[in-house]
Amino acid sequence: MMSKYNAGIDPKPPKREFLITALIKAAGYSAIIFVGMIFLFLVLESLPALREVKLSNLLSSRWYPIEDYYGVLPLIGGSLIITIGATLIALPFGVGTAIYLSEIAPRWLRETLKPIVEILGGLPSVVLGFLGMLVLSPYLRIWLDLPTGLSALAGAILLGGIAIPTVVSISEDALDAVPKSYRDASLAMGATEWQTIWRVTLPAARSGVLTAAMLGIGRAIGETMAVMMVTGNAPILPTGIRDLFSPVRTMTATIAAEMGEVANNSTHYHVLFLIGIILFLISLVVNVTASAVVFRQKKSQERILS
Amino acid sequence: MTMKLSARQFKQRLGFSLLTLMTFLTVVPIIGVVIYIIYLGFPAINLEFLTGFPREGMREGGILPAIIGTFYLTLGTAIFAVPLGIGSAIYLSEYAPNNRATQLIRIAIINLAGIPSVVYGLFGLGLFVLFLGFGTSILAGSLTLSIMTLPVIISTTEEALRAVPQAFRTVSMSLGATKWQTIRKIVLPQALPGILTGVILGLERAAGETAPILFTVAAFFLPRLPNSPLDATMALPYHLYVISTQVPGMPIKIQYGTALVLLVFVLSMILIATAIRSRARARRQW
Repeated sequence: MMSKYNAGIDPKPPKREFLITALIKAAGYSAIIFVGMIFLFLVLESLPALREVKLSNLLSSRWYPIEDYYGVLPLIGGSLIITIGATLIALPFGVGTAIYLSEIAPRWLRETLKPIVEILGGLPSVVLGFLGMLVLSPYLRIWLDLPTGLSALAGAILLGGIAIPTVVSISEDALDAVPKSYRDASLAMGATEWQTIWRVTLPAARSGVLTAAMLGIGRAIGETMAVMMVTGNAPILPTGIRDLFSPVRTMTATIAAEMGEVANNSTHYHVLFLIGIILFLISLVVNVTASAVVFRQKKSQERILS
Repeated sequence: MTMKLSARQFKQRLGFSLLTLMTFLTVVPIIGVVIYIIYLGFPAINLEFLTGFPREGMREGGILPAIIGTFYLTLGTAIFAVPLGIGSAIYLSEYAPNNRATQLIRIAIINLAGIPSVVYGLFGLGLFVLFLGFGTSILAGSLTLSIMTLPVIISTTEEALRAVPQAFRTVSMSLGATKWQTIRKIVLPQALPGILTGVILGLERAAGETAPILFTVAAFFLPRLPNSPLDATMALPYHLYVISTQVPGMPIKIQYGTALVLLVFVLSMILIATAIRSRARARRQW
């Protein structure tokens, strides 16, 4: 031991250092444990559903739990149509805003607008759902002459808005990470800034933009409160573009609306956990794909730069 | 402007205008939402509204139990999520070897961040409320919200820790400090503003969430204050949901008033976090 030399430092017994290191390591692994536990609980609580409900019933298009109809297709369809609609809104507006902020806006404007977009990301979804219900849906009903404004379209618009901050912030990071020399080279060859954005900067940042899109979709499909409040919650299987204008019901809204009223360990309870598993698996696929894109991009950049 | 534009310059102008318009259409509604709620909610705000209990089937009186409930839930979330999140971030930034196990941890964190909030609600119901027998309680809700908040705290804290220059660590350890001493006395204090920002933003998310507390904490109507962590409680986001969808004949003023209180609660957290971040950036000497 070198106790003679480290007299100025409080001499901590190595035992304590060992303990703290062990605690930190345990905390480090906690995320894996939580994901595992969440998956485990969803599986345990939903297995009885597969025993109690016939597969043909689960895969039917009728959701009417009171009479033991547990067809999840209308709910998956509802989530799907709203998520597609939301993506069609969030992607162009999100990427467009990111390009504007990163490539066009003067510095001061960029520093002002970025926090505002971040604020949108922080607004509770129940507040957006509340406004969607009181302001957005009534206008949609009048403008589009619908029987009710509580529709898939209202959900898609709201979800698009909710997904935008995710898309903006990740695509902006990706655009920001494109080396300045790329743009300089393009401009020096006589390209306009517009051509540089479309043919050089954006393609160079494409995997980041792809990640942004994936995570935006993930955010949209998992959103609950806002969707539940504006979509009218009718479990009807959407079959075409026209259904965008009628009420739908998503997987998330079904869980949120019905879990509070079912008896624990009833069939209905287990089926709701089964829907939870579907949502869990979708988010797993979306997020792993998105992160795989990022990892691959990092590697290919390292190859280019080395 | 008589200068003739070439086709490609014209295209550029058109494109830039389009992008400006899109940004405008993204940003203006955000400001609009905030102003609209302030405008319509402000008339409802008075002392009774903020400090009173709901009366007449929530159509009159105040929302104190919901405010206090959200405060306790946020506090409870902080108690569990902050030490665990910071510990996890320290591991990833200072200890973790670059191997498959670490990669697995990162994938797990990314997944936690992506799991829909209502699925956290299911999990909290299954594990904390039923399996561990906490019942619908502040404890069960705080634990559920903590796990949901964890990825936000971990990733922002890790980023803050990594931003501390490596030289600081090298110097500290070359003076004889142990690894933990270096982390506690050098790295953590330097990263503190970044960590605080991440923690507050994580808690802000927890404060505004409704879906995870639907089946784990929230009471529809409970006009008294909770007096133990095992009590159920009202909470602002759930209360807003209840009065705007479940109670017929609810005065619109009270709905907007509740929305405003929730908005002020979360916006002030965002503002504090942003202020800490920008102050730290301005003062940073490395």
